[in-house]
Amino acid sequence: MTDIAWIDPLLAAARPQAVAALLRYFRDLDMAEEAFQDACLRALTNWPKNGPPRDPTAWLIFVGRNAAIDAVRKRSKQQPLPDEEHLSDLSDAEAAIAERLDGADYRDDILRLLFICCHTDLPATQQIALALRIVSGLSVRQIARAFLVGESAMEQRITRAKAKVAAAAVPFEAPGPVERAERLGSVAAMVYLVFNEGYSASGGDASIRVPLCDEAIRLARLLLRLFPAEPEIMGLTALLLLQHARSQARFEADGSVILLEDQDRSKWSAKMIAEGLALVDKAIRHRQPGAYQVQAAIAALHARATRAEDTDWKQIELLYGALEAMQPSPVITLNRAVAVSKADGPEAALAMIEPLGDKLSGYFHYFGVRGSLLLQLGRNDEARDAFCKAISLANSPAEAAHIRLHLDRLSGEAAPGRQSAS
Amino acid sequence: MLYAVLCYAAEDAVTSWSKEQDEAVMGKLAVIQQKYAEAGRLGPVARLLPTTAATTVRKVRGESVILDGPFAETKEQLLGFYTVECNDLEEAVGFAREISDANPAGGSYEIRPVGVLNPVPATIKQAT
Repeated sequence: MTDIAWIDPLLAAARPQAVAALLRYFRDLDMAEEAFQDACLRALTNWPKNGPPRDPTAWLIFVGRNAAIDAVRKRSKQQPLPDEEHLSDLSDAEAAIAERLDGADYRDDILRLLFICCHTDLPATQQIALALRIVSGLSVRQIARAFLVGESAMEQRITRAKAKVAAAAVPFEAPGPVERAERLGSVAAMVYLVFNEGYSASGGDASIRVPLCDEAIRLARLLLRLFPAEPEIMGLTALLLLQHARSQARFEADGSVILLEDQDRSKWSAKMIAEGLALVDKAIRHRQPGAYQVQAAIAALHARATRAEDTDWKQIELLYGALEAMQPSPVITLNRAVAVSKADGPEAALAMIEPLGDKLSGYFHYFGVRGSLLLQLGRNDEARDAFCKAISLANSPAEAAHIRLHLDRLSGEAAPGRQSAS
Repeated sequence: MLYAVLCYAAEDAVTSWSKEQDEAVMGKLAVIQQKYAEAGRLGPVARLLPTTAATTVRKVRGESVILDGPFAETKEQLLGFYTVECNDLEEAVGFAREISDANPAGGSYEIRPVGVLNPVPATIKQAT
């Protein structure tokens, strides 16, 4: 009675916990993955017949572990274990494992599995690919597609990343509180990377890469279930939800970008916004502000504004100020300047970003913002220079197209007779 | 008798459904809901946001303590509920069977007679 299509989500949901537990048994990533794969194959033949077990994760760990031990024994020509038909009846053993899963052990298991993917020697793209492969269980083909590279190139990238991780000693002892907090911080950053890889896609790529955003939200929720009282994990999850809530409104049909203030807000996902706002509220109660929480609070202010002109820019400016104090960065100052321009006008904002010119001389958004501030002040020639500079630094055709609109408007004003035909 | 039918299932599996799968299930459930609504037997219905969004207020030694997360860590979580008017338990079981058959998530449906039901005032915004 259980359709194969409905077994997939069960396996996907069980995967992080099951692979993490198998990794603790075997202390070898490949072996843990193979054991899980084996258990999944058995689930696909067994579950449609008998219905899924009450605790799919415990079943998969149990069957996976036995399959792997069996394989090792077979290789050493010893007696094989009984087949899974018998194994799956061992509900006592299942219960015992399930019991153990509820403990702190399993929390550290999953954290370890995620932490392995954040190895500092791995560049961001490899961390993301590894997490998607190992923790989320996306196929190499799916990941290659999301990264817009060939399958064999991605296969190589993942193999290399795995080799690097295997060479580094994976810490299997239970982490102390400080170490656990450090691991959680790295893992949260990695989850945010996964999200941004999907979120920063534009145009035609956007729909291909949306699964990365969904996957990141799933990982964030997983972290939050493991660490339900961590305000920064609430903040991270809220931030991802509030940003992803806008995904249906961010692009024109032709792939060009629609700015936040021009988006059709009825296309925003009310459900994701509700969940994000609930998490921001929960986090604030802890009174331990952090960077994810502040960013989530900014996203929440946008989400709460039914119309763009209702946005509380003054509050957003203050929040960017708080973020700047936590992690000083010219990009954050630039964002604060945008809020200042909305709250106090373009002049004050332009004065704020003047000193950033050196540090952001290669940054597309700096010149985009500068151009539109100059434009608002009627300094059209300078605005044109800034926009041209921005186009030369654009990361995608969609970004360039957006700036070109401003330039077209500028030349339209300068010579009304020569407006572009489009 | 008004019954509440409380829906419990593994949240992580349900949140792993693809958008299409989620829509397919909700579509099937909507058909059943419509049937009962047209018969004038369906009361308030709710689908709850994930337990990660939950907060629990708990009395510990006479003091209210605020905890993050759901009331209890369980394998299956309360994901939503229906209220439905039925002549007897048999009918309520029939309703629970219908929604259970429409939903591949497995899980449990707890049927609880409702003691008090306040009217939902028009000022309460419906979540969509």
